[in-house]
Amino acid sequence: MADLSQAKPVVTRPVASAPPMAPRTPAAIAKEPMEVAFDISGFSLWYGANQALFDVGIQIPARAVTAIIGPSGCGKSTFLRALNRMHELTPGTRIAGRLRLFGEDLYAAAVDPAVVRRRVGMVFQKSNPFPTMSIAENVLVGLRLNGVNDRALLRQRLEESLRMAALWDEVKDILGRPGSSLSGGQQQRLCIARALAVQPEVLLMDEPCSALDPLATAKIEELINDLRASFTVIIVTHNMQQAARVSNRTAFFYLGRLVEYDETSTIFMNPSNPQTEAYVAGRFG
Amino acid sequence: MTTPSQFQPTARRHAWRKFTSGAMAGLMLVCAVAVMAPIFLVLFFLVREGASSLDWSFFTQLPKPSGELGGGMANAIVGTFTLLAMAAAIGVPVGVMGGVYLAEYGSDRANSWIRFTADVLNGVPSIVWGMVVYGLLVVPFKTFSAYAGGVALGFMMIPLVMRTTEEVLVLVPQGYREAALALGIPRWKTITVIVVRTALKGIVTGILIAMARVAGETAPLLFTALGNNFWSHRLSEPISALPLQIFTYATSAYDDWHRQAWAGALVLMGMILSLNILVRVLSRDRSFK
Amino acid sequence: MAAPSVSTSPHSAIRSTLPAGVRWPDISFRWLALLAAVTILVLIALVGWELYQGSRLAIGHFGPRFLVNSTWNPVTDEYGAWPFIFGTLVSSLIALVIAVPLGVATALYLTELAPVRLRQPVVMIVEMLAAVPSVIFGLWGIFVLIPWLRDHLFVWLKETLGFLPLFRGTIYGVSMLAAGIIVAIMILPIITSVSREILRSVPNLQREAAYALGATHWEVMRIAVLSYARRGLFGAAVLGLGRALGETMAVTMVIGNRPDISASLFAPGYTLASVIANEFTEATTDLYLSSLFELGLVLVAVTIVVNVVAQLMLRSLAGSGTGKVR
Repeated sequence: MADLSQAKPVVTRPVASAPPMAPRTPAAIAKEPMEVAFDISGFSLWYGANQALFDVGIQIPARAVTAIIGPSGCGKSTFLRALNRMHELTPGTRIAGRLRLFGEDLYAAAVDPAVVRRRVGMVFQKSNPFPTMSIAENVLVGLRLNGVNDRALLRQRLEESLRMAALWDEVKDILGRPGSSLSGGQQQRLCIARALAVQPEVLLMDEPCSALDPLATAKIEELINDLRASFTVIIVTHNMQQAARVSNRTAFFYLGRLVEYDETSTIFMNPSNPQTEAYVAGRFG
Repeated sequence: MTTPSQFQPTARRHAWRKFTSGAMAGLMLVCAVAVMAPIFLVLFFLVREGASSLDWSFFTQLPKPSGELGGGMANAIVGTFTLLAMAAAIGVPVGVMGGVYLAEYGSDRANSWIRFTADVLNGVPSIVWGMVVYGLLVVPFKTFSAYAGGVALGFMMIPLVMRTTEEVLVLVPQGYREAALALGIPRWKTITVIVVRTALKGIVTGILIAMARVAGETAPLLFTALGNNFWSHRLSEPISALPLQIFTYATSAYDDWHRQAWAGALVLMGMILSLNILVRVLSRDRSFK
Repeated sequence: MAAPSVSTSPHSAIRSTLPAGVRWPDISFRWLALLAAVTILVLIALVGWELYQGSRLAIGHFGPRFLVNSTWNPVTDEYGAWPFIFGTLVSSLIALVIAVPLGVATALYLTELAPVRLRQPVVMIVEMLAAVPSVIFGLWGIFVLIPWLRDHLFVWLKETLGFLPLFRGTIYGVSMLAAGIIVAIMILPIITSVSREILRSVPNLQREAAYALGATHWEVMRIAVLSYARRGLFGAAVLGLGRALGETMAVTMVIGNRPDISASLFAPGYTLASVIANEFTEATTDLYLSSLFELGLVLVAVTIVVNVVAQLMLRSLAGSGTGKVR
């Protein structure tokens, strides 16, 4: 297991390998030709006999932020969890349809869900650093338990991940302290660093700021803005201002169906569907 | 029927009700004291009768033949530890893994059957385990042995450890499992490194409780380990244990053996109480934030 | 098993420093855990099978009459279980009669009356009692309890209640009553702690409703708490009975070990568990050993039935349901 990690050349952040670019504002990105990360069509999902998602078809761009909004119970979290097969943790779920990530079927029989989840990381509503581990151990646990033992590499990934999560300066001197000793906002950024450490291609965020105060929320939003350059970020949020601030594209879900999906500015300024208009105007949900 | 106008009887009745209430409260206090009394009486006599017989030779010498004064329980003390180690070697891995299965895998229906059976097994009289292992190991191998004793105690530990392990594992918040799995960590590593490690204190507590419980067992050893007045050099030979020795000595006709039975009981009680104190220290804070 | 398709992704090729997924450890770990869990079912089957194997000879020889025959005579090789069934039932009943009121009253005291600071220490003391090994109770019974019972309590009982057949006859000390008292002490912790759990689960609304009607402290306990918890307390008593039936060492040491049936509680008796403990290694004939196995079978059958009843009664109260991941 461990030899594989040495076999592959250690590649520094794709940030460095990607072509230098001008600051990418959401508007600028929307105009670029779109590279598709998730290509989904006819996707339905059932919990036992209850259907939670109906025939969802959507193309989610790579290296951009996509927000998923909708009233509670609309299936937005379910949809997010289906993107890295986390919904399989709930017994009795079943899916139909096509879900591809960069052209590969994530639900093909030979695909190990663990491998899917390494490519598609996730950050949860409630920050959950592992209570028995230090800050450093928390960040590195994904690599260590996946068989990476190279100390130099671990050291490097620790710093990179914490820097990407904008946490390095705050914790670099207390890496040995328990992760649970940090403040709520710091804990959530630690969880983001932990997810980034395994170098996923996509980062799913399930209402990552709903338990945080406004200052901590601002920090996370800033961080999401930075991640846009190198990651595909998909964020579920019930906060429409947040969706408007951070995302390039927005998908509106209602009653398990994808109602409308477009550039964020269009969804908020000029939605084509009356339900979307009612929701963004705050008339329900 | 009392009407509001009959003031006198109501007041008297009220006083009577208050008196009954106070009397019952007093009675309950008396009961609570009565329930607490035996442990103090047992410990008091253990110390009074046992302490004076605890000397160096008690811990270092073998039992003397009946009628001779002196001797000790060195072999029984070592035997108890040997049997406990064997019991733990069986009960801990099977119990913990079974608890993991109940908490992390399996369908609710099948698991509730296993859980129910484990609870029923916990109620099976300990002497029955002795008979079962007698049929399982003693008869086929034609000899009482330390192995048989260890297996009997190990069987008793399995359902105990399984239930406590399961109970602490389900307390580990779901978020930790999800977070670990979302990192692409394989299921078994998520369970062993994240979930079990988070609940480790509780699991160890459960193991210690189970060990304290079987450490004092006599009945399952009567026809498995049998007892031995000498050192056992092989695990395939009968072996002595403190509870067995206490039983033999207490029911004998010799005063010197009675004296030693008290001493042995004091040592055994000391061992079990230390385990229990360890459990209390360990479980003082068992919170998973 | 690796997932080859993943390495073809343009992104994972440069990003993933991780080895591909290997699934066999996951699968074997799951099987290992399943095996451990299934051990429980194997164990209960083993108990039934071994005891049945051991007792086949006696079952074939005596038939169902074994249960009601009151002769137990190794010399003539004739065996019957009745004296032991009788002794087990009587000693357990005495234990329940003593332990249930004491245990429930203590539980009531702990949940309803005791100052909060006092509760934890009292619970700890009661739990310590559960840690005392049976053989130590036996030792204490022989040398402390029995002499006191013989010289004081039994004498007093005989003088005051001697008009009842229960308290007549010669006082030996070792007796059914002594065994019942020892067992009562031993099952007190479990009855107290289970009762306490039950009483704690009574909703406060029940109590408040009764207080609001002007009930006194005791009336609240009687009307609101006890009647609400009745079923659970019964379950606690049945659980205690299960323990009492199988209690071996301490009983063996104080009951006198005579397979007689007597109306007097001062007379010695014998129980299923203690005759097995005493005579198992001394059984000289195959039929003798087999008869002891059949006693074991009877004991297990009765305790399992009692435990199942107790579990069902207690379980129906506490609806259990655990969320889990797959």
